[in-house]
Amino acid sequence: MAYFLQQLINGLTLGSIYGLIAIGYTMVYGIIGMINFAHGEIYMIGAFVSVTAFVLLGLIGVSPVPLALAIVLLTAMLFTALYGWAVERIAYRPLRGSSRLAPLISAIGMSIFLQNYAQITQGARLKPMPPLVEGGFTVFESGGFAVRLSVLQLLIMVLTLVLMAGFTTVIARSRLGRAQRACEQDIVMASLLGIDVDRVISATFVMGAALAAVAGVMVTLYYGVVDFFIGFLAGVKAFTAAVLGGIGSLPGAMLGGLLIGLIEAFWSGYFSVEYKDLSVFAILILVLVFRPSGLLGRPEVEKV
Amino acid sequence: MSGERVPLLKIEHLTMRFDGLVAVDDLSFTAYRREITAIIGPNGAGKTTVFNCLTGFYKPSAGRLAMLAGDETLLLERMEGFRIASDAGMARTFQNVRLFAGMTVLENLIVAQHNALMAASLFSIAGLLGLPRYRAAERAAIERARHWLDRLGLIARADWVAGALPYGDQRRLEIARALCTGPRLLCLDEPAAGLNPRESAELNTLLLGIRDDEGIGILLIEHDMSVVMGISDQIVVLDHGRKIADGTAAEIRADPKVIKAYLGEEEEAPLPAETEAHIGFSRTGNTC
Repeated sequence: MAYFLQQLINGLTLGSIYGLIAIGYTMVYGIIGMINFAHGEIYMIGAFVSVTAFVLLGLIGVSPVPLALAIVLLTAMLFTALYGWAVERIAYRPLRGSSRLAPLISAIGMSIFLQNYAQITQGARLKPMPPLVEGGFTVFESGGFAVRLSVLQLLIMVLTLVLMAGFTTVIARSRLGRAQRACEQDIVMASLLGIDVDRVISATFVMGAALAAVAGVMVTLYYGVVDFFIGFLAGVKAFTAAVLGGIGSLPGAMLGGLLIGLIEAFWSGYFSVEYKDLSVFAILILVLVFRPSGLLGRPEVEKV
Repeated sequence: MSGERVPLLKIEHLTMRFDGLVAVDDLSFTAYRREITAIIGPNGAGKTTVFNCLTGFYKPSAGRLAMLAGDETLLLERMEGFRIASDAGMARTFQNVRLFAGMTVLENLIVAQHNALMAASLFSIAGLLGLPRYRAAERAAIERARHWLDRLGLIARADWVAGALPYGDQRRLEIARALCTGPRLLCLDEPAAGLNPRESAELNTLLLGIRDDEGIGILLIEHDMSVVMGISDQIVVLDHGRKIADGTAAEIRADPKVIKAYLGEEEEAPLPAETEAHIGFSRTGNTC
């Protein structure tokens, strides 16, 4: 029981991070119908920005942890959003109106480019981060096994919850969110109503990238290491989460993220840590074969 | 028609070719403010193609589409897609209704006022902070939506999901949405299609009301002659992409060329024009 609870906590933490990244995939897919394979790299950039920012803040001597954390979060969101915007502007917008395959290939190219860019500018070695947020509580103890919930885990879950609630409100209530939903349903009609569709798409990339940046910061703190390749695996897993939840569906991405996190944690806890990635990708295959529209997605209806 | 006619849209030598096929051939006419201009013609005459050129779906092969806004002349064929709606003031409805089916009726109408609200909300920033200026703008948007819902008899269904509305209501909602963009010219593609006689009589009253109260121009594609003849100030007749007549309802009714295009010549085999046109243009002329 205690062991189960521990895996649950680990899974929810991991799932929160996947959920944050998955939102970027699902939003972009919903509006322009493409999988942004460079999104994992955007998250990696977010992690690198956070490492740089932490180091710089250390040098200046900003010592209170909450303050440093807040500054780093904002910096990472800002810079990563800029990257997200630029990726769309450079690699996808010129290809709008061409075949569906073109932006997909361009996305893979962008993903490889960003990996190499980070490798060259930051080096190929692992970048360590000293643990910054320490401490935790013992939630529960039985049979000599203590269930730990660290402050960082709590922070990750709470922050994710707040961001997702905020994000859902923006989509449901704000002007931009309404325009995004209109574009998602009929992008041509949205343009005919005078909505600047390109700007809505840019905003979508910026929002997705900002959320991925938060995930990047959290992962940096959680695992304590960053390298140029972390975006690939996290990206594919978050993509799996988006597919599991139903790609194009916002609550689906959140749910899918949590589920993938839980599956990975329980698999690692009860079967084998070495094969934890296998569990996630098996899910991807099963979902694509048996329920391509995902848990909360609607089956695709061909637009006339 | 009272007073001087104010030109609103000048179409000059519009030609649209698809490879070898000429869907619209050297079409010129002018639509006026406070007037209803109907475009009629047999199936595949190129009517919807004209709309598609006007709203930026197609880049015309040749010709000039000029929207006259006060002293300004806006060339539609050179504008970016969304500016045709936001700057030139063109709004359009479709043969096969295109609503945001997953949004509520009210949301459909508020999305149409996106630009006005976006400016007021400082691009969402003020909106998220809930600043009063934005609140006022949003109230105005809702008020405007309510005005049109009231006018079109949809107010009781404001919170319905648009896709769940009966067909006739969906058609009217589409018109309401187009009007919420605050257009100069309203382009309606077969608004009476699928309406029963009572509903199409109501549509007549509505369109005349919009023309008189809003002072905007209406461009209308319609097959229902009770609508066309009943309310049009000007009728343009197309056949095989060419304009064969242009005038008032009385003039059009008496025009031998129009009768020929619709009924075929008596000496020839029955219905040659229509069937030919239908086969020739069915892929491009009437789809959107």
